[in-house]
Amino acid sequence: MDNLLINNISRRNRTNARLKYIIIAGAVITVVPIFLIVGNLALKGYRQINMAFFTEPAPDTFQAMMATSSGEVIPGGIANGLIGSLLMVLVASLVSIPLGLMTGVYLYENGTKRYANFIRSLTEILQGVPSIILGIIAYLWIVKNITRGYSALAGSTALTIMMLPLIIRSTEETMKMIPVTIREAAFALGTPYYKMVIKVLIPVSFSGLATGVLLALSRILGETAPLMLTALGSPSVSLDLTNPVSAVPLLIWDFYNDPNMVNLVWSASLFLMVFVLSMNLLSRSIASKHKYI
Amino acid sequence: MSDTHTTEPVLKIEGLSIAYEPGRYAVKDVSATVRRNSITAIMGPSGCGKSTLLRAMNRMHELYPNIETKGDILLDGQSIFSMSVIELRRKVGMVFQRPNPFPNMTIYENVVAGYSLNDIRLKKNQRDEIVENALRNVTLWDEVKEFLFRKGTFLSGGQQQRLCVARAIAFNPEVLLLDEPTSALDPIATSKIEDLLGELKQKYTLVLVTHNMSQAARISDDSMFMYLGELVESGRTETLFTTPKDPRTEAYLTGKFG
Ligand SMILES: Nc1ncnc2c1ncn2[C@@H]1O[C@H](COP(=O)(O)OP(=O)(O)OP(=O)(O)O)[C@@H](O)[C@H]1O
Ligand SMILES: [Mg+2]
Repeated sequence: MDNLLINNISRRNRTNARLKYIIIAGAVITVVPIFLIVGNLALKGYRQINMAFFTEPAPDTFQAMMATSSGEVIPGGIANGLIGSLLMVLVASLVSIPLGLMTGVYLYENGTKRYANFIRSLTEILQGVPSIILGIIAYLWIVKNITRGYSALAGSTALTIMMLPLIIRSTEETMKMIPVTIREAAFALGTPYYKMVIKVLIPVSFSGLATGVLLALSRILGETAPLMLTALGSPSVSLDLTNPVSAVPLLIWDFYNDPNMVNLVWSASLFLMVFVLSMNLLSRSIASKHKYI
Repeated sequence: MSDTHTTEPVLKIEGLSIAYEPGRYAVKDVSATVRRNSITAIMGPSGCGKSTLLRAMNRMHELYPNIETKGDILLDGQSIFSMSVIELRRKVGMVFQRPNPFPNMTIYENVVAGYSLNDIRLKKNQRDEIVENALRNVTLWDEVKEFLFRKGTFLSGGQQQRLCVARAIAFNPEVLLLDEPTSALDPIATSKIEDLLGELKQKYTLVLVTHNMSQAARISDDSMFMYLGELVESGRTETLFTTPKDPRTEAYLTGKFG
């Protein structure tokens, strides 16, 4: 009897140990590529990262050629792309965050109604549409009809349509996790519906909502295809929504196509990668700090 | 106050019927009264409509979409259906089966949540006073005064439930509705809540849904016994427990069903 028990326990311990190694191996396999990518980009790109990298627009090919042939660092930076990206992401966020949150709450509240189901299916379909097609749609709507030319507004529109379904889904899923009793507690205190949403539902689910928004942001930051058809790119820094602007991923594509600027491909990619990674880390830290449900 | 002294009832339920779906009544033609500064227990087997009746008393039942209500409930002689919901729920507070403090709020914020959620502004010293009084009234003050600014969800289940009672009485209601407030708690926490309810009836009128007959016998003054949506019998707890008039009440009390 005693022997059997001990046998059993040591067998369990061995199984435990084995499982532990498998899990560690799995973790290493997932983490290594990320380190390899960042390490690779850092090695090749760090030389270009300096003050001018953030404050000056991209150089022209002649400047780059002169610098490369004399073995110097390529002058200029990615300021036009950086500002363009921030501008378009800001405009897209201003529309898609409030609209996405409201639609998410609406779907959660009216979960089973026909109309809600229709919107939910639309959202799911939208999430699956390839981003280049959203670019084409923004081109048709905005470039052709509104700004009558490539523009930041058109780029923002494409990004907005990309962000919306992500935010709507994550909002609805997060809201579903709030226990009904919390809502009832608010109603039992006489709280009107809209105050309950603003002062209870949204703060209680803040971590989930913020995670959804930040993940949507980090998704669109790297989008290139839809911007090629809408924002087009621009050699100078511009804040005009009706004019073409550049974006970091657009610059990476430009750099790639110019043999004299290959070095900038690495530094711009390094920047984009680190930026997106930090967004992810930020969302994690917010998520754990404000986690209530 | 002697038992024969009769005051005007706080709540008067008149021919109340409630259906969740057309024609399917969960509460059928219930008429009853609730005396001031007493504890009224609502008993009956599962699904007999206790929660529905209780929730009707501050119109929480209206949260369900297709609800149909007939009859009336008078609070101090005035129909609750003619009042604004906020006014009514300030006068008739509610405590739920599972402790449900707002997880994003501190203990302090939870107590004054009724004010903050309704944008009722208070001065800091008024707030402090309300918080301290409410927490003292639920005998939680000494346990939590050191960490009023920690989240309410760090407390034990029994403490959380007392916090929820504090949140409800911070509004200084007339009536406090409690739906099986101890069914999720251990025996020690339960007995603390029962003691607390005994104290609270000095100031408030309590209506308590309970599955636990000995709890009803221990702490209630009046009892209502419901069966399949009907109010079978109501009256003084002592009378109802010792000499039930209806055979169904007797069957329930002797454990024949429920
Ligand atoms: N949201 C709802 N939709 C439809 N029917 C409901 C709903 N809530 C309750 N009912 C029905 O109404 C009747 C009374 O329910 P109620 O919750 O009031 O019973 P209860 O006495 O509180 O039961 P328990 O002791 O199990 O809590 C039951 O038949 C139940 O199925
Ligand atoms: Mg119930």
